[in-house]
Amino acid sequence: MSNLIQLNTTSSEPIAKIAENNWLTIQLPASTVEARKQAGKVVLFKLTGEETVTDTQIADTVIPATGKMIVPLSVFIARKEALLSRITSGEIGVWLDTHELLSDLVKNQPDLNVLPIIAVHVERFADGRIFSLGTLLRTRYGYKNELRATGDVLRDQLFFLKRSGFSSFLIRADRSAQDALASLGDFTVPYQGAVDEPRPVFTRYNRAV
Amino acid sequence: MYKYDEIDQQIVDERVKQYSDQTRRYLAGELSDEEFRPLRLQNGLYIQRHAPMLRIAVPYGMLSSKQLHKLADITKKYDKDYGHFSTRQNLQLNWPKLEEVPVILAELATVEMHAIQTSGNCIRNITTDQFAGIAPDEVIDPRAMAEIMRQWSTFHPEFALLPRKFKIAVSGTKQDRAIVQAHDIGMEFYTDTAGKLAIKVWVGGGLGRTPILGSVIREHLEWQHALTYCEAIIRVYNLHGRRDNAYKARIKILVKALGIEEFKNQVEAEWAHLKDAPNTITEAELLRVGKHFETMPYENVAANDAGFDAAIASNPAFAAWVKRCVHAHKQAGYRAVTLSLKPHGKAPGDATSAQMHTVADLAMQYSFGELRVSHEQNLILADVKISDLFAVWEKARAAGLATPNIGLLTDIICCPGGDFCSLANAKSIPIAEAIQMQFDNLDYLHDIGDIELNISGCMNACGHHHVGHIGILGVDKDGSEWYQVTIGGKQGNDASIGAVIGPSFSADEMPGVVQKLIDVYVKERTAEERFIDTVRRLGVAPFKAHVYNKDLSTKTDEVLA
Ligand code: HEM
Ligand code: SF4
Repeated sequence: MSNLIQLNTTSSEPIAKIAENNWLTIQLPASTVEARKQAGKVVLFKLTGEETVTDTQIADTVIPATGKMIVPLSVFIARKEALLSRITSGEIGVWLDTHELLSDLVKNQPDLNVLPIIAVHVERFADGRIFSLGTLLRTRYGYKNELRATGDVLRDQLFFLKRSGFSSFLIRADRSAQDALASLGDFTVPYQGAVDEPRPVFTRYNRAV
Repeated sequence: MYKYDEIDQQIVDERVKQYSDQTRRYLAGELSDEEFRPLRLQNGLYIQRHAPMLRIAVPYGMLSSKQLHKLADITKKYDKDYGHFSTRQNLQLNWPKLEEVPVILAELATVEMHAIQTSGNCIRNITTDQFAGIAPDEVIDPRAMAEIMRQWSTFHPEFALLPRKFKIAVSGTKQDRAIVQAHDIGMEFYTDTAGKLAIKVWVGGGLGRTPILGSVIREHLEWQHALTYCEAIIRVYNLHGRRDNAYKARIKILVKALGIEEFKNQVEAEWAHLKDAPNTITEAELLRVGKHFETMPYENVAANDAGFDAAIASNPAFAAWVKRCVHAHKQAGYRAVTLSLKPHGKAPGDATSAQMHTVADLAMQYSFGELRVSHEQNLILADVKISDLFAVWEKARAAGLATPNIGLLTDIICCPGGDFCSLANAKSIPIAEAIQMQFDNLDYLHDIGDIELNISGCMNACGHHHVGHIGILGVDKDGSEWYQVTIGGKQGNDASIGAVIGPSFSADEMPGVVQKLIDVYVKERTAEERFIDTVRRLGVAPFKAHVYNKDLSTKTDEVLA
């Protein structure tokens, strides 16, 4: 059974449903460069802007010749020429890690709405950068198509992800997407404006004193 | 104070439901420890040395009598019959059961309370001056804005999982009492030259392991933009703050790494997009929330009261209490009262359920049914008629709440330390108690005068030791408990971070060390000079010399001889 949750677009339906995953995610081959250590710990969360993917990794990434696939941002940027016709035909999406820069994406792909899907991969569920990235993609860069959360995606973050503009959620494989559906409706009337409902509660309702 | 409408109530009710289910899943093994951790933390639940601790939010320190009665009942029913008021104006339970937290939350929700975001890497309880709305030197009552910010920050989706905790303080007085410079964001409200409400914004302050006072990021911000400007700051922080090392993850580290100018540029660039976005505060909303904080229905009473004057003249104990625990009020004939939670020999900030009931009754009878928690860990009745002060004193005294030591040496600010906290290097409460017993002489305390002593059990600085005039920090040396002493720290507009006087001491030595520091002060002070002034004038050297036994008195004697 699929572990993908997709928001419904019409209000007559429930908030979301379990959907088939039609996209293949392309991974980078493992790097031979040793992870930089800092204070005795592997740096999982690099300061933004640091180079994380090697040229060899990009060159060695295998992209099947046909089908719908989501490629890593670094590969997308480096090999865009070769992918151009497939991008135009809507077969190519992009995924990025939470430490990667959206400015790199828009520099190389000014019209994001050519992409049918963008995925943000979160390595650890507690990494809240994903919320700012979703918000920026929707509000700053005007991205309108499917925005997917992948990686360590768990039900207790779904409500926040949805409010930050995500429209689909690939729940971590060992968890039930069916159970997770319930958490999308945790709160009925949130206080502040966000992507899914830009108006704060004080302009949406006439709140009596 | 602010009263919930259906929307506020629905949010806390839904929260109870959500958290109950999260607890259920955790207990059923559906959530790992690691996955449950941020969920329980964002609900104020720490797992500590003996038991979990639950931190209950008291937004900007305001409580009603009804709420305090409920808190008292909760400590009796689910804890060991007492609670601990913290330096962040919250109430902490030391012994709740993890399984019972959902029921406790459900009880809290019946009195418009919760534990949302009292811990964890998110925007925490917004704190302010305990005399907000009644202080004679107040320019603007910050509580309406504090409430608007509370609502905005509650479950803010973009900032649900920040690199580290995020604390905001607001203040509306010339004399800062909210330590805005020691917060991630500090907002100082003032009236600008056009007569409009404006905000001076500070960023990047914080104590903890790397104490740093905040920098001004904006001298003038129109009030409407308070939320969007905070969003710009926190977005830059969320995206670029360090996540690889918890000790370097606070915004202060990012601000320092980038420099305030560069940080400001990034924030302003972000804000250019956010300015005037829908989260801009409307006039109508400020008015609506402001209505909840209108001035109390004061009686028209004389500025003086003959009975009160007579009681002062004839009763030295009452006079001493008035001197330390009664504060000026902007309304003629009214005063604010601090009920001391620092009786000598007890854990600072602790209150029993019986005491809470007493305070709630006092507030109901004499202070419009409201009270406040101060960041110095005391309780405040904000609106007491002068003619009622004597009665309040008698009742407070009977309940052990009238120690006349506010602002004095034994009004110690102290973290839970090694008795409760698993991060502690050393115990802090027994040190506070021992110092209180060393100075258990009220005349002497009054003679020593205004002084602040702060104790933290480790460098996380929950007891704000860096800004104590005397700061005590628990340190670990080869597995045993030692205490490092700083002097010259200060909160307020002229805030400073204390300087270490030298090698650390054992617990037994501590009362003596403090005694020696005080001895130097008493000997060296000029008339009207407070401890902190003497330290600033003389520097650390004479204090250090005396404490480390190069005896000051003999030296002076020799010079004299
Ligand atoms: C036993 C439970 C507690 C634990 C485990 C705990 C833990 C911590 C930690 C780890 C920090 C440092 C965070 C950082 O700077 O990165 C901190 C800071 C702080 N804690 Fe606690 N704390 C506890 C209880 C308290 C209590 C009871 C109070 C109030 C009396 C308190 C008030 C504070 C304050 C004001 C700070 C902020 C210092 C700053 O601005 O950096 N904490 N706490
Ligand atoms: S200062 Fe340290 S010992 Fe004290 S409560 Fe905070 S973390 Fe615990």
